[in-house]
Amino acid sequence: MLTYIAKRVIYTLPIMLGVAIVCFLLVHLAPGDPLVSVLPPDASEQLRQQMLALYGFDRPYAEQFIKWLGRAIGGDLGTSIRTNRPVVAEVGKAVSNTLMLAALATVIGFVLGGLFGFVAGSFRDTWIDKVASAISVAGVSVPHYWLGMVLVIIFSAQLGWLPPTGAGPGGSDNWHWDWAHIRHMILPAVTMSVIPMGIIARTVRALVAEILSQEFIAGLKAKGTSSFGIFRHIVKNAAPTALAVMGIQLGYLLGGSILIETVFSWPGTGLLLSDAIFQRDLPLLQGTILVLASFFVVLNLCVDVVQTAIDPRIARS
Amino acid sequence: MVQAVATLPIDDVAIERSPGYWVTVWRRFRRDPVAMVALGVILLLILIAILAPYITPHDPYRGATLRRLRPPGTPGHWLGTDELGRDMLSRLIYGARLSLFMGVTPVFLALFIGSAIGITAGYVGGWVNTILMRTIDIIFAFPSVLLAIALSGAMGAGIVNGLISLTVVFIPPIARIAESVTTSVRGLDYVEAARASGAGALSIVRKHVLGNVLGPIFVYGMSLIAVSMILASGLSFLGLGVRPPEPEWGLMLNTLRTALYTQPMLCALPGIMIFITSISFNLLTDGLRSAMDIKA
Repeated sequence: MLTYIAKRVIYTLPIMLGVAIVCFLLVHLAPGDPLVSVLPPDASEQLRQQMLALYGFDRPYAEQFIKWLGRAIGGDLGTSIRTNRPVVAEVGKAVSNTLMLAALATVIGFVLGGLFGFVAGSFRDTWIDKVASAISVAGVSVPHYWLGMVLVIIFSAQLGWLPPTGAGPGGSDNWHWDWAHIRHMILPAVTMSVIPMGIIARTVRALVAEILSQEFIAGLKAKGTSSFGIFRHIVKNAAPTALAVMGIQLGYLLGGSILIETVFSWPGTGLLLSDAIFQRDLPLLQGTILVLASFFVVLNLCVDVVQTAIDPRIARS
Repeated sequence: MVQAVATLPIDDVAIERSPGYWVTVWRRFRRDPVAMVALGVILLLILIAILAPYITPHDPYRGATLRRLRPPGTPGHWLGTDELGRDMLSRLIYGARLSLFMGVTPVFLALFIGSAIGITAGYVGGWVNTILMRTIDIIFAFPSVLLAIALSGAMGAGIVNGLISLTVVFIPPIARIAESVTTSVRGLDYVEAARASGAGALSIVRKHVLGNVLGPIFVYGMSLIAVSMILASGLSFLGLGVRPPEPEWGLMLNTLRTALYTQPMLCALPGIMIFITSISFNLLTDGLRSAMDIKA
């Protein structure tokens, strides 16, 4: 078990290095001048050279990368060109906002998806299964940014129950646990939860149907085990896979929050990323992508390790 | 009598043959009403996209300031007009062209490139496999939406950049499937036998490997189209991907956001089109999977 974890961690290191290289090179795909957003169009050549030297853009890529990586490991992602504030501070605040939204969405999605999937798998090929499966297919097929707009139309524009944008009253981006802030979270979290809901429902349905068809269930029934006892067996067998899917989904939501955050102006990593892209803020772009991708890699590692701890057969295969 | 048998045409003998694999799959698929409806919807959408110039009532690019944001049901404009007074129905019909193209093309490109990488890695093995598959692992280490947006964000808006980013995102999973199937086929006895009898690498891949790889890859690719439709429109929705004034469903959704409070029905329309397309591809894939008896 410990050897497996050690192996898995060591295997992650080159992946992390690769991810860092991709993040670094990504922004150099960009055509044009990295300073286009701060320099006035009529800036003198001398000023341009000074600025290039200030941000280190005049050095060779390899040198820039090693310096960047060295500082990133030490927790310094450089300075945002646009706001002139440390990238780490900008990203840190945005990550906590997005993490909160994604975590709530994952929990909602897991509870609803688990319920629909369990019901569908237990009543396989009946109308109940068809309805529950239809909901889960709709969940994975719906363009969630559109769903967000529809929810805004219904609950903000028509009914006026919930605020359409922002994370708090008066455009506040500092989170507090009070009703004024929680109200802002409901629509984006529900919108976001639709994706994991559909995927978890489909996974759980297949798992439950598979477990129910196994011989030990027939044995338990013949032994006179109560339906609750059988339910416990199903949960115990389905939980490791379902939880792993949930963990990976949380990672996807963290990385893919940009569309929903754009619809709801949620002050998270997605909105930050979109600002960085459209204002050509290269250090901010590199930093945000690196943080989000690292989160995803580490989350995958954790899911693997936890899954192995629950079910040691995985380490042996 | 003996002579009569000898001259029997070959076709008559062949009737006894059992139907081929794909014929069986199609027979099973045809009995699935949901999948057949989904196939019908997709074919209809393709037909609409092809016939767009002949069936649109108005020019999808021509607007009129006096006729801006008319609600669905307006005489002359069944589905209303958009924020520049352009006919919504015509733009939704033309939108089918770009939206389908942007959604389907990356999947086919990725199918082609991904299988090539996977088959090469699986068939050659050794250090070639290590290099190719570890590179794939790195791309796979990014959440897909993040990578697509980061790539097209870095390269800038535009149809080609959008296609490239989506293709890159879809290559890793396809390459992985192709690699694992190829590796397992390579060790089978009949492939060994083919190699021992002097068959070249290319003909082994063509005859034995491709036959086993294409089925699972094809079904997986179909399931990616649904994702790709949502992602491609999402890129345009963000302002990456397709640029105005081209009619594309995601982009239309973006520009109509200004009318969220005044004409809610109008703004919901392009999203419904994306939803219908994506759910049809998902249902079609589900039908194909059960017809081919592949586990999800």
